[in-house]
Amino acid sequence: MSVKASYSDDATKGFLTWSIIWGLVAVLVGVLISFQLVFPQLNIPPYLSYGRLRPIHTNAAIFGWGIGSFMAMFYYITQRLTKCPIWSPGLARFQLWLFNLVIILAAVSLAMGYTQSKEYAELEWPIDILVVILWVIFALNIFMTIMKRKEEQMYVSLWYIIATLVGVAVLYLVNSAAIPVSLFKSYSAYAGANDANVQWWYGHNAVAMVLTTPPLAIFYYLLPKITGVPIYSHRMGIIAFWSLIFMYLWTGAHHLLWTPVPDWVQTLAMGFSILLIAPSWASVFNGYFSMNGQWHQMRDNYLVKFLVFGITFYGLQTLQGPSQAIRTFSAFIHYTDWVPGHVHMGALGWVSLVLFAGVYYLIPRIYETELYSVKLANAHFWLAVSGQLIYSISMWIAGIQQATMLNATNADGSLHYTFMESLAEMYPYWHMRAGGGVIYLVSLLIFIYNILKTVNSGSSGSQTVRATGAV
Amino acid sequence: MLDLLEKKPVILLLLSALVIMIGTAVTMIAPFTWINDPSLKIAGVKPYTPLQLEGRDIYVREGCNNCHTQTVRPLVADVARYAPGSTDGYSKVGEFVYDQPHLWGSRRTGPDLARIGGKYPDAWHYKHMADPQSMVPKSNMPGYAFMRQPLDSSLTERKMKALGFPYTPAELEAVKGKTEMDALVAYLQKLGNDIPWRKAAAAAPLVGELKNPYTDNASALNEGKLLVSQNCAQCHGEELKGGIGPALTSLARPEGEIFSTIFKGRGGMPAFGDTLGREKVWKIVTYLGSRTGKK
Ligand code: HEC
Ligand code: HEC
Ligand code: HEM
Ligand code: HEM
Ligand SMILES: [Fe+2]
Repeated sequence: MSVKASYSDDATKGFLTWSIIWGLVAVLVGVLISFQLVFPQLNIPPYLSYGRLRPIHTNAAIFGWGIGSFMAMFYYITQRLTKCPIWSPGLARFQLWLFNLVIILAAVSLAMGYTQSKEYAELEWPIDILVVILWVIFALNIFMTIMKRKEEQMYVSLWYIIATLVGVAVLYLVNSAAIPVSLFKSYSAYAGANDANVQWWYGHNAVAMVLTTPPLAIFYYLLPKITGVPIYSHRMGIIAFWSLIFMYLWTGAHHLLWTPVPDWVQTLAMGFSILLIAPSWASVFNGYFSMNGQWHQMRDNYLVKFLVFGITFYGLQTLQGPSQAIRTFSAFIHYTDWVPGHVHMGALGWVSLVLFAGVYYLIPRIYETELYSVKLANAHFWLAVSGQLIYSISMWIAGIQQATMLNATNADGSLHYTFMESLAEMYPYWHMRAGGGVIYLVSLLIFIYNILKTVNSGSSGSQTVRATGAV
Repeated sequence: MLDLLEKKPVILLLLSALVIMIGTAVTMIAPFTWINDPSLKIAGVKPYTPLQLEGRDIYVREGCNNCHTQTVRPLVADVARYAPGSTDGYSKVGEFVYDQPHLWGSRRTGPDLARIGGKYPDAWHYKHMADPQSMVPKSNMPGYAFMRQPLDSSLTERKMKALGFPYTPAELEAVKGKTEMDALVAYLQKLGNDIPWRKAAAAAPLVGELKNPYTDNASALNEGKLLVSQNCAQCHGEELKGGIGPALTSLARPEGEIFSTIFKGRGGMPAFGDTLGREKVWKIVTYLGSRTGKK
């Protein structure tokens, strides 16, 4: 009891609040750009046109919603797993402040057109410097807490957390290297095919170190807590960990198949992408086997539903991903709408479902109360999953159709369809995707309403530890 | 062994950094040596001029790369569509040595632009950039009419220096007073134009018999008309009375020559052979023939 009372959850509260706000912004912008693709007159040049808004969408989603909630949950989880309060609560509060500054600067500067243009690393160099400071503070605080830990054994979640801290730092520093011209303009330090190869070494491993290892850390922590049974195999978790972080780094060039990047780099990427199925599915099986004898909880416990669907989408994602890394299939679907279908199954189905579970789990505990409405949480769940499936499935069909049309040839070897003929066929699917996005947005509003009601019914935290809230 | 690590955070940290660096060393660091191989240089590829560089920066600023790629893959359909008339017009390492950053992109919401230089006359780009739907009604590309504003040239020289590109005072002077659109079009017209693919494509003779299979075939007229309104009206006018391209209402040349112009392109007239194919081009020729002389 005494240890628990000394945990500091202020930073977690702040990060949760802000990550949800940025998540809402990301989805609003996502819905807006979906509609812009159908009704180009919705572009409001110069600041709110598609080319500038799309990076705002991805940055708000990955960094605002994704990283923001990881920071919240890493602080929470690390304290519980080390049985040790956070190393410096003051630094964590400063970090929250800096985090929001970075996200606001990112949104404003991208709308102004200040961009390095590399996907998921668009921010100009002064903001990059703030990001580095932010990350160092975060990494230091988490790592020092681990160093001071009262629990000698480090649970597998902490492994994934440590890998995330190192991985993101290396990737971001190398890829963002630039030659500044002014405060608002710089040029990449690398040129042409080198730049592309560095970029996708980064871009792909951002998927590894931001959209895979952090949700896994949270998944491994939450599943036993929520189901009340331990994880099936700690050992399997550890073997999967080492092979995952080893293999991921070889596969960046699967984003560059058929480009001028050297063939052997592409071939390695293709091979390692297929090998990646093993460590990815080790985590999926670890989750499934832990559920042995517990499947009834899918009905009784809404949080289990979020986690099991989440890990299932992760499993599907890590089968679909390797298939896209095969040259022949890539030749077909690369550059088409198939890829946003893949992206959003991972982003909405895997990452966001696990994060929702995390928020639902944490909020009642740090505010010492009960969730306002499990019914609304269920409504949120089904609407979110429906919106996501409408999005992904319509994009897969669209991608296949577009690929078929763009590759169709006549007897004399000429092309059967012009580019515009293929584009015209995309509109119905783009309408459907926008519809899926609106459903998803509604689900998110329900989620936010539920969380707000919960927080308002709770205590502000630090005073008394109520029996119900203690876990 | 692995279990031991569970109690040693510092070693775990260092070891995971090491594990990450193995794949990094092989697939990110080593390829520099292959890509920088001097034998991959292409002689004709020159650095950007001050005006082209400003245009490229506008392309980056507007995030055109969120919808457009700049790499033609060595695949039949890619080459036919984006490097028409050639067989090996796909992208090579040497084309990109001055691209900081690269602009290959990851999504083709719009067509690839690696070979856009010289495909259209400047006038087409000015009209298209300002209002894409006026040229291509079903396009979902945003309009950029605001780019008619003056170009900010205060950083041009520093930019050229930062990249180590050669420039003359006259070139710097030439940037002054230009609009953003001027710069962007200058950049677009450079893309893919300093490599030999187009010349090779234009020099290749048309093989096969140049005989219209649809002569006196009235059923080809309707399709020909539709094809013309979809592909040609943007430049030759809805009534074919001229616009960016000349009027096509009084063509007095043999059908084979007209076919060849449409098939292979000429001057500011794009090639349609690979994107439409012989049959459709002949239908267009038949339709144009039926229009000749009509007002
Ligand atoms: C929302 C996606 C989108 C954005 C952003 C976009 N475009 Fe496009 N672009 C298209 C589509 C779709 C087409 C094909 C239809 C047409 O010609 O308008 C196209 C066509 C073009 C073409 C003609 C290509 C050809 O071969 O016919 C050029 C040139 C072009 N765009 C340049 C640009 C530039 C420069 C920018 C940035 C200032 C830009 N585009 C931004 C979608 C986009
Ligand atoms: C991007 C604008 C553009 C498009 C699109 C275009 N043209 Fe042209 N076309 C031109 C220009 C410019 C010329 C003049 C070329 C020259 O002077 O060499 C021309 C020339 C021609 C000529 C030769 C005229 C003469 O008097 O010899 C024919 C025939 C022609 N176009 C037919 C077509 C057809 C058919 C299509 C549609 C399939 C088409 N063009 C699409 C711009 C275009
Ligand atoms: C349901 C709400 C959402 C909608 C409607 C939406 C819509 C879109 C659209 C239209 C694009 C551009 C696709 C294209 O280039 O053709 C896009 C790209 C992207 N979105 Fe979303 N999005 C949503 C939620 C999210 C969330 C929550 C995340 C991340 C956690 C996310 C991550 C991304 C990424 C990474 C890309 C870039 C994909 C690529 O390069 O292929 N999105 N989104
Ligand atoms: C074994 C695991 C995976 C493999 C091998 C894999 C493979 C791939 C491949 C080959 C592409 C490129 C598609 C193309 O452009 O043609 C891609 C794109 C992408 N994947 Fe995956 N994927 C995996 C897991 C994931 C996961 C878990 C996520 C989490 C959300 C994810 C997110 C993305 C994103 C955001 C992109 C778009 C990148 C861009 O073009 O901007 N992937 N993936
Ligand atoms: Fe990837």
